[in-house]
Amino acid sequence: MAQGAETTVVRAGDGASVFGSPAVDCDAHIVVPSIKAIMPYLDAYWRQQFLNRGIDKLSWSLTSEAPNAPISGRPDWRPAQGKPGTDLAMLRAAVLDGFGVQTAIATCLWGGAVLHSEDMSAVVCAAVNDWIAAEWLDKEPRLRASIVLPLGNPDLAAEEIERRAGDRRFVSATMLVAGETPLGKRHNWPIFRAAEKHGMPVAVHAGSAYHHPMMANGYGSYFLEDYVAQAFAFESATLSLVSEGVFAKFPNLKIVFQESGVTWLPACLWRFNKTWRGVRAEVPWVKRPPKDIVRDHIRLTTQPFDEPDGARRLERFCEMLDSDRMLLFSTDYPHWHYEGTDALPLDPASPLARRVLRDNAMETYPRLTEATP
Amino acid sequence: MSKTRHVVARVDDVPPGTRKKIAVAGRDIALFNLGGAFFALGDKCPHESGSLCAGKVVGLAEADEPGRYRLSRDGEFVKCSWHGWEFGIRTGQSWCDPANTRARAYEAGVERGAALVKGPYVADTFPVAVEQDYIVIDL
Repeated sequence: MAQGAETTVVRAGDGASVFGSPAVDCDAHIVVPSIKAIMPYLDAYWRQQFLNRGIDKLSWSLTSEAPNAPISGRPDWRPAQGKPGTDLAMLRAAVLDGFGVQTAIATCLWGGAVLHSEDMSAVVCAAVNDWIAAEWLDKEPRLRASIVLPLGNPDLAAEEIERRAGDRRFVSATMLVAGETPLGKRHNWPIFRAAEKHGMPVAVHAGSAYHHPMMANGYGSYFLEDYVAQAFAFESATLSLVSEGVFAKFPNLKIVFQESGVTWLPACLWRFNKTWRGVRAEVPWVKRPPKDIVRDHIRLTTQPFDEPDGARRLERFCEMLDSDRMLLFSTDYPHWHYEGTDALPLDPASPLARRVLRDNAMETYPRLTEATP
Repeated sequence: MSKTRHVVARVDDVPPGTRKKIAVAGRDIALFNLGGAFFALGDKCPHESGSLCAGKVVGLAEADEPGRYRLSRDGEFVKCSWHGWEFGIRTGQSWCDPANTRARAYEAGVERGAALVKGPYVADTFPVAVEQDYIVIDL
């Protein structure tokens, strides 16, 4: 640990943002432009395989993050060439300088995380994490990143966390909300164990492996349905994480829900608490009301924030959850949820703003409190 | 406020492991026999007034970690017949919400008929015989 080192310590979120106080962006997207971009990070065997099998010509965009959907890229955040989120200069201008956030945590959603081939998935995730370190983190000191994991094989995912943990610029590890199994299943515990061990929250982002439908009883027909249904998947994830005992097993683990819509949570927890009281003997490791457990372990990024236009319900949310510690500011760059810098669903003068903009992030991501390299 | 001693049942009427619903001074009370000791709870769940006497008597389900189930204190809890909330039969305390939710508990005991006939007591529904044991509730 470099703690106590006598250096000029630049901590995440120092310096004022456009909101008047320091800010950390807990969900800014970086996007793999093409498979070709990661080819230099593959070993000789895989490079030849990719060329011979034509894999280098594929896109591997996630279906749930369709590049041409309006929501996937704000018009002024679409580069002249390539997919939204692929341009470091634009990320700097839009997020780091545009919002004045001192630190942004990069989320890389990518089809390589959900391949059916477990070995190939592990190899390409390792390659893309190398690519993130070299092409983004080395070039922009205000950037941190979440580790891309081969989600089909949690043992291999845990190995990737172990491999990457020494690079302190990786501050979390990313899962999709709708993966192979309900999120809290023991199948996924190697990921939670490794993340807890290394002081990283697990970032659970909207998105699906599309090995199961987004709606519980089958596939819908439209992107509209799939995107809205991401919020239902977060409800399922909340139920699963608590009921399966993830937080009983890993008491220091934090989960960050990204791009969840946020405001579905209070109603979910009322129903969860009420039902738990009647049948809690099924899950005796759930020793406190689910709402109390969620309050201690789950965090949510603030974009998108589902509410009637301009209603500023963030304060209400904090009252309902009896907590001002759960919400983490995000721009969700380059996704199109708002115009200009109108990303904070809160009056910047509110006493809550400082917590949401910075302090909650610092408490959630222990690695943010370390000196920058 | 002084309490009145009510004779509510013969001990033989409520064998160990059973319960009986009784009415005392206009109140419904659930009377439980836990291994020979008697406990009385208001027969009205503090949630929505469901009958506790009609609920299942259970043990305490516990786990130190996921998947490690164990049952202790079997027979010491009752689940409300409506929504399954658990209450300790000895205290009326809610397991899920001990700070805010509690079923009304009354003092219950056993007295020899010979002691009772000296009075004062109230026995509305049946005569007290000197040679019998009776369950008494103070309220």
